[in-house]
Amino acid sequence: MRTIGLLLCGWLLSAASVQAAIDPSLLKPLASEDSDTKIMAIAALAQAAPEEALPVLKALADNALAVSGERLLIVDGERVFDAASNTEIKPAPAAHETIGINNRVRRELSGALAALRLFSADREVRWQAAQELTLSADAKMLPLLDKALAAETDSEIRARLQLAHAQASLGSTDAGVRHVAVRALGESSDPNVRQLLMPLTEKRGDAWVEPDSAVRAAAGTSIRAIEQRLAWADNLGRAFTGLSLGSILLLAALGLAITYGVMGVINMAHGELLMVGAYSAWAMQSVFRAYLPSALDWYLLAAIPVGFLAAALVGVLMERIVIRHLYGRPLETLLATWGISLFLMQVARTLFGAQNVEVANPVWMAGGIEVLPNLMLPWNRIIIVAFSIAVLAAMWAILNLSRLGMFVRAVTQNRPMAGCVGVPTGRVDTLAFGLGAGIAGLGGVALSQIANVGPDMGQGYIVDSFMVVVLGGVGQLAGAVWAALGLGVFTKFLEGWTGAVVAKIVVLVFIIIFIQKRPQGLFALKGRFVES
Amino acid sequence: MVRRNFMKTLSAAAVTAAFGLTSFNALAAETIKVGVLHSLSGTMAISETALKETVLMAIDEINSKGGVLGKKLEPVVVDPASNWPLFAEKARQLLSKDKVAVTFGCWTSVSRKSVLPVYKELNGLLFYPVQYEGEELEYNVFYTGAAPNQQAIPAVEYLMSKDGGEAKRFVLLGTDYVYPRTTNKILRAFLKSKGVADADIMEEYTPFGHSDYQTIIAKIKKFSSEGKKTAVVSTINGDSNVPFYKELGNAGIKATEVPVVAFSVGEEELRGVDTKPLVGHLASWNYFMSLKNVENDKFTKLYRTWAVKQKLPNADKAVTNDPMEATYIGVYMWKQAVEKAKSTDVDKVIAAMAGQTFKAPSGFTIKMDEKNHHLHKPVFIGEIKADGQFNVVWKTPGPVRAQPWSPYIPGNDKKKDTPEGK
Repeated sequence: MRTIGLLLCGWLLSAASVQAAIDPSLLKPLASEDSDTKIMAIAALAQAAPEEALPVLKALADNALAVSGERLLIVDGERVFDAASNTEIKPAPAAHETIGINNRVRRELSGALAALRLFSADREVRWQAAQELTLSADAKMLPLLDKALAAETDSEIRARLQLAHAQASLGSTDAGVRHVAVRALGESSDPNVRQLLMPLTEKRGDAWVEPDSAVRAAAGTSIRAIEQRLAWADNLGRAFTGLSLGSILLLAALGLAITYGVMGVINMAHGELLMVGAYSAWAMQSVFRAYLPSALDWYLLAAIPVGFLAAALVGVLMERIVIRHLYGRPLETLLATWGISLFLMQVARTLFGAQNVEVANPVWMAGGIEVLPNLMLPWNRIIIVAFSIAVLAAMWAILNLSRLGMFVRAVTQNRPMAGCVGVPTGRVDTLAFGLGAGIAGLGGVALSQIANVGPDMGQGYIVDSFMVVVLGGVGQLAGAVWAALGLGVFTKFLEGWTGAVVAKIVVLVFIIIFIQKRPQGLFALKGRFVES
Repeated sequence: MVRRNFMKTLSAAAVTAAFGLTSFNALAAETIKVGVLHSLSGTMAISETALKETVLMAIDEINSKGGVLGKKLEPVVVDPASNWPLFAEKARQLLSKDKVAVTFGCWTSVSRKSVLPVYKELNGLLFYPVQYEGEELEYNVFYTGAAPNQQAIPAVEYLMSKDGGEAKRFVLLGTDYVYPRTTNKILRAFLKSKGVADADIMEEYTPFGHSDYQTIIAKIKKFSSEGKKTAVVSTINGDSNVPFYKELGNAGIKATEVPVVAFSVGEEELRGVDTKPLVGHLASWNYFMSLKNVENDKFTKLYRTWAVKQKLPNADKAVTNDPMEATYIGVYMWKQAVEKAKSTDVDKVIAAMAGQTFKAPSGFTIKMDEKNHHLHKPVFIGEIKADGQFNVVWKTPGPVRAQPWSPYIPGNDKKKDTPEGK
């Protein structure tokens, strides 16, 4: 990349470009099997004909450059262009072979493309080019960076370029220039920059790598500043992954917090209600794929109500047919719901096959935002955290503000008294169970975006869900929220330390001990109840 | 030995009895039973289901050409459901109840270790089609997948080469069971012999079916930013690969910065993943679907047709991969050995297997080693392309002989290269 950057500098400074078709002899070595030849060819091409080279290099990077006999082609779907003249070839040649590149060539190529793109009219393109260059800037690229800095008006890109400039100046022979560069780099929060500065504070043999003591001291200060920011970002990242795991646990457990927590039904089929929700997401994806391919990216929004209703329906049927006959008999309920769980798994296996089904992330959930150079928050996680907050708010509103919610609370606190004042306890039970099941369905829709969707996916969450509800305190929504977040953050900090396998064991041991010491969970309901 | 002989006589008697019975019932429809022991549900179904299809396809192809020794093959498919003890149970059922002549099965090493005692006790014959950690050589097993020197070692050598990015630090990431642990033990010893310090190696394990890779990805990012070029060697198995690669793509770890080379991820596993952010990450195998040669064209076309005929999900996008090729080779080599031995008797077939050759879809004529029950296989290293296929960036000039006992594990130089037979 460095040599290419250097060669490009020469061209960009002279500002005289040749407008002509590319000499085929420059293109031919691109098809070579040998990486070294390819890299030389890229550099030669970028230097000889920078403007014409851009589409060719881009095609090479995108695996769209092909060779047919002596001629190089750019393949764009069905259409084929001649790489030398960039004109379409009709009819398209029947046989051509795509030119493969490996990571080393790809790295050189992205450097060359970044240098070419640094002068693009599109701000986004320049921003990305500047970012790519910060990774590889060295002294040879200074003239290029100077020119780009002079032309650049956007402040964000300028800051990036200045960083690259400082990085490139580290190799300067003038101690003053180095001193300025080292101090400027202290503003960075990129781990790669710290890596660059580290050698300056070290000794090689008897002599310091950096002869000037002032520069050395400045480098030390800059490293400490960067490390502080890095550590901060690290902890922030860990807290976010904890929050994300917590929100997933919460979504998985929230439905159970109603059916088990509030109603007291030990629902072993809870995991399968999650599965119903996840399969709804898959079904909606298939429906959209077949009938609404243009709106495929929005299938998830449609999956939310469908997942809720499907799981709620299963829940209502379960309650009407089985569970309602077993209220007050926890052992039988446990066995019956376990049976239902096996039954639902087998139904899913028969309907959709035993293999996992593929649920793709919509485009707007892919990728992430880079908060800091070493902290990237993936969109799917952010959206799931937001979704869990929304579901929680909706559930709180239903339980505390609606008539149904009031009835549910009344029935669970004192069933005979609620019945006496005219609450239809049987129907309230059914509706409440349906609500809990529906919320489990919503959890399933969310899980489909990060975990595998298969007939036995629910088994992986049933233990976690019970853990959250029991830890939080049976009968308490707030308890479930705190327990889920606590467990999430605790697990993630522990995982960072001990690895995933040990973390899982430690968490389970912790919960066993905790429940022994405090069987009522984090939060216990206070007040007088019929049962107590 | 006395007990073995006794078992042998017993099983021989059982076989005669069984044959006697069937010959009474149906003289015309005499078949050779073939066991298929692959997980069709659970965490490994993502990988193993395609292998079951491959065995059935090969059997169908053989039957349409007249079968073996004039008899049709009859598949007996069981589902051990990614449950290791169940593998042993199902294997016993195949051998003692169904009396299969041969079994094609297992993916994870833990499942193979679980069925081994059964095959030894009942003197069965197992074809194991997946790359594995070595450290094993059994009389009753033929290994048609790669040993470490046919996959793992060349992959790491490639990462350390100029074209592979000259990696100096390594993250060894795997699912927590015998295959990743042993492979990483071998790799650690190998890396040490190449001068890589212990501080430059990070080993991480996750449970089967793990789906939250945030912490591990963050760790990899941190480790790789601490200096020197870093590469990740992944021995993650099963459906955990989907969340792992999703997270990798979302976290923006590019192959040009931190390449990930996987030993258990092929075309089939990548079907459920958006591969665009993964371009350039690597896999090391003895076969890729994208290889261009006559045998491979035939093989991929055969499987595509089969998938459509069987109405497999996403049949139009059906892919082939390395363990499927190894399965296919295994079925045909077994057929050739049976024809050479003129019998399906396990001991005779095992003797006839030595030196068998087959024109494989990898484009090479593959040979079963005369002594060590492993295949001589070519090694390919491929980079993931945007369409989920692989672009071969490195290959060996020809087939390589397997070393089941890795020379990087102390004491292995004294191990014999032939199984303890009779």
